[in-house]
Amino acid sequence: MDVDRAESPPPRRRLGHLLRLFPIWTWLSLAGLFVWIAGLGGFTFTYAKGFSYLSNDPRACVNCHVMRDVFDGWNHGSHKAVAACNDCHVPHNPLVAKYAVKALDGFKHSAAFTLGGFPEPIRITAFDRAIVQHNCVSCHGDMVSMIDHSTGPDPTDCLHCHSDVGHLQ
Amino acid sequence: MTTPDRKALPDGSFPGPNAPRRTWLLILAAFVVGLLIMAGVGAVLVSIQGHKAEQTQYPLRVVQIAPTELDPAVWGKNFPHEYDTFLQMKDDTLKTPYGGSVPFSKLERDPAMKTIWAGYAFSVDYNQPRGHYYALVDQKKTKRQEFANQPGACANCHAAEAPQMIQQMGWENFNHTPYKEISGTLHIGTSCADCHDPNTMELRITRPAFVNAMAARGIDLSKATRQEMRTYVCAQCHVEYYFKGDNKVLTFPWDNGLKVEDIIAYYDKIGFKDWTHGVTGAPMLKAQHPDFEMWSSSIHARSGVTCADCHMPYIREGAVKVSDHWLRSPLANINRACQPCHNESEQELHDRVVAIQDTTMELLKRSETGLLAAIDAINAAETAGASDADLNEARQLQRNASFRWDFVSSANSTGFHSPQESARILATAIDYARQSQLAAVKVTPKSAAQK
Repeated sequence: MDVDRAESPPPRRRLGHLLRLFPIWTWLSLAGLFVWIAGLGGFTFTYAKGFSYLSNDPRACVNCHVMRDVFDGWNHGSHKAVAACNDCHVPHNPLVAKYAVKALDGFKHSAAFTLGGFPEPIRITAFDRAIVQHNCVSCHGDMVSMIDHSTGPDPTDCLHCHSDVGHLQ
Repeated sequence: MTTPDRKALPDGSFPGPNAPRRTWLLILAAFVVGLLIMAGVGAVLVSIQGHKAEQTQYPLRVVQIAPTELDPAVWGKNFPHEYDTFLQMKDDTLKTPYGGSVPFSKLERDPAMKTIWAGYAFSVDYNQPRGHYYALVDQKKTKRQEFANQPGACANCHAAEAPQMIQQMGWENFNHTPYKEISGTLHIGTSCADCHDPNTMELRITRPAFVNAMAARGIDLSKATRQEMRTYVCAQCHVEYYFKGDNKVLTFPWDNGLKVEDIIAYYDKIGFKDWTHGVTGAPMLKAQHPDFEMWSSSIHARSGVTCADCHMPYIREGAVKVSDHWLRSPLANINRACQPCHNESEQELHDRVVAIQDTTMELLKRSETGLLAAIDAINAAETAGASDADLNEARQLQRNASFRWDFVSSANSTGFHSPQESARILATAIDYARQSQLAAVKVTPKSAAQK
């Protein structure tokens, strides 16, 4: 007889053991809670157009009306046909950086808009401005190759003069 | 027969008779494969190294520029776009309402200057400056060289050879050697080497006087940002200066600050005068092109706009943007100099600039009228017998008024570099001029005042 190889009970018996740890109404309440959270959460997600944030559509950014002026500026601006919001404000590659920034920005946006208290007019942070500056060069690199100094510690600041190229507001 | 001791394999069997050779072959094969892989890695490493070395070769150089190379034509082989625009400074036909590059005589346009500077070289010859191309040529042939024995310090800014000569001759020696003695060795006016490092093309400071002045103000030039350097390289020369002491050492009077009051206080403290007025005997100060000082007080300076942003805006040559090295009045280049930031029409921007200049010119003229009145009054008082002690106050006030007027008058742009500050300075100049006149009239002996 093999005493070293203890057999584990078949799956159904394991589930049974677990279920008997608590009375049935505990499980029913937990299930109900879960459904409640998932349901309301799911509804909130759709109500807030959560899926739109996974897209590249600039209209997603105008879900928050505080961005209306920004959207209008872009919509009437020089870069409308060639660059959407992500093209300037989110790194193009690597993929990890792109989604990390998208997530970080998204979180900051939701926190700010939910809790309020952010100063207006809205100013870009240094971190995000650096991303935009980098993206200027990623498209216009050949044109500004002689003047951008982007490989050094003190790159030329395109936005210092060309601040209305994306959206002035 | 005893078989050699062989270890049994885990499943109980023994390796066959050819096992050692097979093992060696395996090891050899692994070695060769390893060699090939390492060779591949080595090749990649060398390739990366090569690319990294190429990167440091930016910008692409056709010729290696020696550290002592001053001739823009040589630098131009590596940077044809910049050199082409640099050469365009030969143009001396640009006319703007108050300036431009045509070297008209300012003394003819404004004869009051001859009286205001009576007894000084500028009363003999003073022209609208042409472009950097003519910096040395025009300095050599100005009549101010005949009026007085000018020191070599003048060449600090007008000759590309200055930094090298300073190294050879020593700072003090270079400054006090008469200009005529060194002018034979000066051939190149403004050059690429004045502002750029020959290896990296980074902006650099080459003129000691500017380094000294900034050190005296506690500013560390090694920490200057690129934007700041785009002003500092111009501030090596486009500044108010004087020649200090017997050695005529080029010095900027910035110890107290850059405002006209700070500079006058500096001069007063050391009891300095540029010349004695030929008519009134007053100890006079001459201001020379305080463009950097004026700009420093402006809204453009506060907004981080540098000399190069307006005077060397980026220009698209084919598919690349380069800095336009044709330094000239931005009025000739409103589209590139102003419109990147100011979204108005060229006509509107032009009109705004000229409106500022018109106002400044009106105030300049008023100051001149006041100064002439003061000079007349002091002259009349002296002729009528007023003593030096009596006239001291009037003379000091004339010195004050004249320097303030000169500060704005000799600055390029006719007030545009800092419109409100220009107007403020001229307001005080007018005030001092009339105070000087009053003081002179007060000490005029009665018999003369009645005439």
